[in-house]
Amino acid sequence: MLRFLLEKEFKQFFRNSFVPRMVIMFPLTAILIYPLVANFEVKNVNLSLVDHDKSSYSRSLVQKVVASGYFNITNVASNYEKALRTIESNRADLILEIPSNFERTLVKERKANLMISANAVNGNKGGLGTAYLVRIISDFNGNIQTELMGNHGRMKIPNLDIIPLYRYNPSLLYSVFMVPAILIMVLAMICGFLPALNIVGEKENGTIEQMNVTPVKKFTFIVSKLIPYWLSGYVVLTIGITVSLLVWKLFPEGYLITIYFFATIFILAFSGFGLVISNYAITVQQAMFMMFFFVLTFIFMSGLYTPVENMPNWAQFISHFSPLKYIIQVLRMVYLKGSAFNELIPQFIALCGFAIFFNGWAVLSYRKSS
Amino acid sequence: MKVIEAENLTKRFGQFTAVDHISFAVEKGEIFGFLGANGAGKTTAMRMLCGLSKPTSGKGTVSGFDIDKESEAVKKSIGYMSQKFALYEDLKVWENLRLYGGIYGMDNKAIGPKIDELLQQLGFESEKDTMVKSLPLGWKQKLAFSAAIFHEPKIVFLDEPTGGVDPAARRQFWELIYDAADRGITVFVTTHYMDEAEYCNRVSIMVDGRIEALDTPKNLKKQFEAENMDQVFHQLARRAKRN
Repeated sequence: MLRFLLEKEFKQFFRNSFVPRMVIMFPLTAILIYPLVANFEVKNVNLSLVDHDKSSYSRSLVQKVVASGYFNITNVASNYEKALRTIESNRADLILEIPSNFERTLVKERKANLMISANAVNGNKGGLGTAYLVRIISDFNGNIQTELMGNHGRMKIPNLDIIPLYRYNPSLLYSVFMVPAILIMVLAMICGFLPALNIVGEKENGTIEQMNVTPVKKFTFIVSKLIPYWLSGYVVLTIGITVSLLVWKLFPEGYLITIYFFATIFILAFSGFGLVISNYAITVQQAMFMMFFFVLTFIFMSGLYTPVENMPNWAQFISHFSPLKYIIQVLRMVYLKGSAFNELIPQFIALCGFAIFFNGWAVLSYRKSS
Repeated sequence: MKVIEAENLTKRFGQFTAVDHISFAVEKGEIFGFLGANGAGKTTAMRMLCGLSKPTSGKGTVSGFDIDKESEAVKKSIGYMSQKFALYEDLKVWENLRLYGGIYGMDNKAIGPKIDELLQQLGFESEKDTMVKSLPLGWKQKLAFSAAIFHEPKIVFLDEPTGGVDPAARRQFWELIYDAADRGITVFVTTHYMDEAEYCNRVSIMVDGRIEALDTPKNLKKQFEAENMDQVFHQLARRAKRN
C-alpha cells in the first residue's frame, strides 16, 4: 500500500513547479548569501573628521585611523556642528574631533583631550566603532609616550601586548560560525514547512477526505508524505556542505557521518512538528502563519544569531524547547571542534525526545474521522 | 439481504442536531436515492455511514460491519465519491486509477489490464495519459465514479455526484450507475435533481435531520397524490423549519 502512495507522492513532488527548485535553490542561495549578510563584524565605519590642530601629531593619528582598515573618512569638517550635520544626514557614523593645540598640550602637559561622538542608532556599529577608535588612539598614545620618554632619556615604559589565541576559529571568521547554523535553518524550513503545507493542501482540495474513506492506515499515509521530504533534507544538507566547502573553505573537523546521523533525527523531529501543525490548520494560509510563528521563535531562541548565554534567564529557559538549539550546537561543535558522538550525547537525547514527542503527537492528533 | 442498516442514527454538533434518529435499510443491488434540501443532513448521514464521522448515538452497519467500532473494515468494502471532485489533479487518468486500485489492495499486475478495460468501456482510451486537471467536469465526475468502484466494492456512496453538469452528461453518468448496479454493487446516492430521483429503486426524503418519507418513487407519488417526484419533494420540503 505504501508503495502506491509513494509513487503518487514522488510523481506529485517532481511535477510541482516550485518544490524541487526550492530544494535546490534555497540551500544554494542561503549558504552563498546569508553568511555575507548576517554578519556582525563592523567594517567601513564612516568617520567625519574635525581637525583643529593640523599638526604632525594629529596627522599621524588620522593616518593610523585610516590604516586600521575599519574606517572611511567620508567627511572633513571645519567645526563640530558641521560634522554633526553629516551624522544627522547619515553620511557619517562617528566624529573624531581633534582640538587646536593638541600637539602642544600633549608634549607640554603630557595630556590632551580628543572627542569621539558616535551615532548609536545602530548601537552595534556605534559601540564597536567607538571601541576600535579608542583602541587605535590608545595605541597611538603608547607610541607617543615612548617617543617623548625616549627624548628625555628615561626608562621605557613597559608595554603590555596581548595576543589572544582564538581556538577553533583562529581568524574569528564570522562565516565559520554562521554557515553550520544557516544550514540547519534551511533544513528546518524544507523539512518542516513543505510536508505540512502538502497535507493541508490536500485538506483544502478535499482529496484527503477521499483518502480517509479508504483503508489506508494513517501511519502509512503520513510516512508516505514524509519520505520525499526526508530525502530532500539529505539533498539540502549535501548541497549545503558542498557549497560551504567550495565557497567558504569550510569542512567539518569531525566526521560527516555524525552530521548526517544527527540531521536524520532532527529532520524526523521537525517534520513531525510540521505534521502537528498540519493536523490543526484547516487552510494552507493558516498552516503557513502557524509555522512561521513557531519557526521564527525557534530560530531566535536557538542561539543562531545571539548566544543563548546572552539571553535573560526566562529566555534561556524557553530556549530549551527549541529543537534548533541542539542541532545547531551539534553542527557547530562537529564543524569547528570536531566533536564526536560521545561529546554530543545530551543533544542526542534532547533531539530524540523532540522526535518522539512531535511524531507521537502528530499520529495521535491525525483523525480519519470527526 | 440488507447491506446498509441504520437504527436511530444521530449526529449532534453542539446544540445543533444535524441527523435526528434516522432508521432505514438498503437491500443489496439497490439504487437508493437519499434526498433532502440543502442542510437537511444528507451529507452528514452519509459521512457517518462511510466512517468519516462518528455517530453521537444510534447504530449503523454497512456490509455487516459496525460503522462506529469497525469503521476500517467498513472502508474496505465501500467506495465513496464526494461532493467535491477529489481525484488528484496533478496525476494522469491512469495514475489516479492505479493509486486507488493499489490502496484498496488490488494486485499490482491486475491493475494495468483493469485500467485499460475500464477506459475502453468508457470510450476514454485516448485520455489515458491526460492530466486530470485538463479534463472537462463531466468527464472528471465519470472518472471519479469509476475510481470509486475500481476495486469492485460491495457498496458505493455518491454525494451529489452530478452537480454542475448538463443534462446529457448527467444522463451518461446515470448509465454508469445502472451498469454498476447490474454488477451487484449497491448504490447509495444523494441528489438535488428530482428527475434523478425517478431513476432510483427507492428514495428517502430527509427534512430537518429526519427521514419523512421512504418508498419507491411510484408509491411516493401515489401517497402524496403528486404527478412527479418534484411535487412530492416540495410538499415535504415545505415542512422544514430550519432555514
